[in-house]
Amino acid sequence: MSAVSPIIERGTAASRVAGTGVAAIIVLLAIAPQFLSAGAVDRMTALFIYVILAAMWNALAGFGGLVSVGQQVFFGLGAYFAIRLANAGLNPFISLFVSAVIVGMVSWPISLFMLRLKNGEFAIGMWVIAALTHLLVNLDRLIQGETGTSLISLNVYDASTRRVTVYWLALAAMTALLAILFGLLRGSTGAAIRAIRDNEDAAASVGVRVTGTKRLLFVLAAFGIGVAGALWLATAITFQPKTYFSVQWTAYMVFMVLVGGIGTFEGAILGALLFFLIETWFGSTGVWYLVGLGATALVFSLLLPRGLWGTLEERLGWRLLSVGYRVKPPVNAMDTTGEITSLGQTTTSREKA
Amino acid sequence: MSNQIVQGILLGGYYALIACGLSFMFSVMRIINLAHGSLAVLSAFALWLLASRFHISPFLGLIIVLPLMAAIGWALQRFLLERSARGGALLPILTTFGLAIVIDNLLFEQFGADTRSLAPFIGSLSYDSWEWPGGIYVGKLAVVIFVAAVVLLGGLQLFLTRTGLGRSIRATSEDPDTAGLVGVDARRANAIAAAIAMVSVGLAGAFLGMRATFDPYAGATQLLFAFEAAVIGGAGSLWGTLIGGIILALAQTLGAKVHPQGFLIGGHVAFLIVLFIRLYMSGLGLRGLLRLSMGKTS
Repeated sequence: MSAVSPIIERGTAASRVAGTGVAAIIVLLAIAPQFLSAGAVDRMTALFIYVILAAMWNALAGFGGLVSVGQQVFFGLGAYFAIRLANAGLNPFISLFVSAVIVGMVSWPISLFMLRLKNGEFAIGMWVIAALTHLLVNLDRLIQGETGTSLISLNVYDASTRRVTVYWLALAAMTALLAILFGLLRGSTGAAIRAIRDNEDAAASVGVRVTGTKRLLFVLAAFGIGVAGALWLATAITFQPKTYFSVQWTAYMVFMVLVGGIGTFEGAILGALLFFLIETWFGSTGVWYLVGLGATALVFSLLLPRGLWGTLEERLGWRLLSVGYRVKPPVNAMDTTGEITSLGQTTTSREKA
Repeated sequence: MSNQIVQGILLGGYYALIACGLSFMFSVMRIINLAHGSLAVLSAFALWLLASRFHISPFLGLIIVLPLMAAIGWALQRFLLERSARGGALLPILTTFGLAIVIDNLLFEQFGADTRSLAPFIGSLSYDSWEWPGGIYVGKLAVVIFVAAVVLLGGLQLFLTRTGLGRSIRATSEDPDTAGLVGVDARRANAIAAAIAMVSVGLAGAFLGMRATFDPYAGATQLLFAFEAAVIGGAGSLWGTLIGGIILALAQTLGAKVHPQGFLIGGHVAFLIVLFIRLYMSGLGLRGLLRLSMGKTS
């Protein structure tokens, strides 16, 4: 029996090389501000924030099966709490982080409520939460309604220090959040998460704690998007509720994840990169750019619902940052037992992420 | 105060009108159309274009726009929703969200950021009112909208219970596979249901334009109103939608009384309270919060 038992792998040769590559890229990015112009540093910071947004929305929708169109609520709150904390005298850079922690804490009671809703009802329910939160933030006298306010205390740092610090913070936040997500997906929770993604009822029937796992993803996504909102505030300085609580942020997240590949770890990162490039090239075309984003998301959902990375992965068996298990038939199984081979093949083709 | 209650009830008619298409589509196809509000605004812009460019009164314009909306609904179901629904329950949310972004921004591209209204094109109806006993003035337009909502809901109810087509739509909503076994063409039933839903959306868009102003990005708010009214109304019959609309409107009226910016907040809070009660009383809306039980005659 042991002669024909399938081989279980946690990665491919490519994924081991990719692991080293990722470490090298992060080191390169960390020293990059030395060589980049001020404008390029700002753009790279935006890219890191997009990666965070895409990865967090993907964690929620792709892995937790929770499509939310109200994630802008956590983006807005991340910025809002940072303003509030800085106004109370906390160091602005520290308040960025503390703010995200508060967003994560706020998301917990929301999850008690919202996770009872299913599919589309959850999606719009979150939108209502976002709309209500936006209105309530407007009532805060410090914010002065839609006029907004600024993170004034950041002005004590000179522009270049501020720029590079925010760049490093964004890079660190992105790396840490991706690492947390990667660890989560690769560990024992990851098996539960993928089981829920593939079939919620079946997962529950074999003893997966569906609601607990979803709640974990919900709070993680809220925290991550809160970080992104706070970082965005640090680069933009001004806080206008309308900009931060705009559904456009969710539209960006949907676009990045759908195009990159929903439910794949690498897909969200690829999607963020593509979005960043498209924005750089076409962002100035204004409305047509937004029409294009919406149309692309629509077309992908109809024709290529697994996104670019998901499709490549399926067709070519690519695996760079492997969070799953691969089951391969043993080398000699091909010519001994056809049954085992077919078992191995189905498992390999079914295995995702 | 009684004046405000009357106004609130009448406004509820509009919310019922925009909500019934959303819950109807959900009941038949299990799809929440996130482009619902944007399509209502599209209809309002179409009527505005007809009125301002070709001097066609918005009421006459409906003769052109409503069939167009029906065609849009049919095409929406056949070419977008049918396909994306095959990919699971989550995909239609993303598809219709993408569609909403496209519609909103195309409208913006075409008509710019200005807010528009159909009020200038309907003459005195937009400001005329009747005096009711007790010194209450009710706008004629508000009454027209409320009556239209009641007629539409009643008509839909009759159509679903009394006609063969209505019965086949109900059968599809209960169980498409079994309905198929007994000879109901589920694809056709779904496409017709989508067409009917879009006619109601077109009508709601017309009244949105007449009673208030709208701009290319007004769709999101309308979607939220529709969703809130439908959820508050609950899984009763179509008439529940009317009650949901009225409760939403009254909560908004109350909110506006408490705080100058409280109109929308009042509505959202009422929605969350009802949601809370419904979730904890029923131990989960297993059939879905928006699901109508269309079979029962009211």
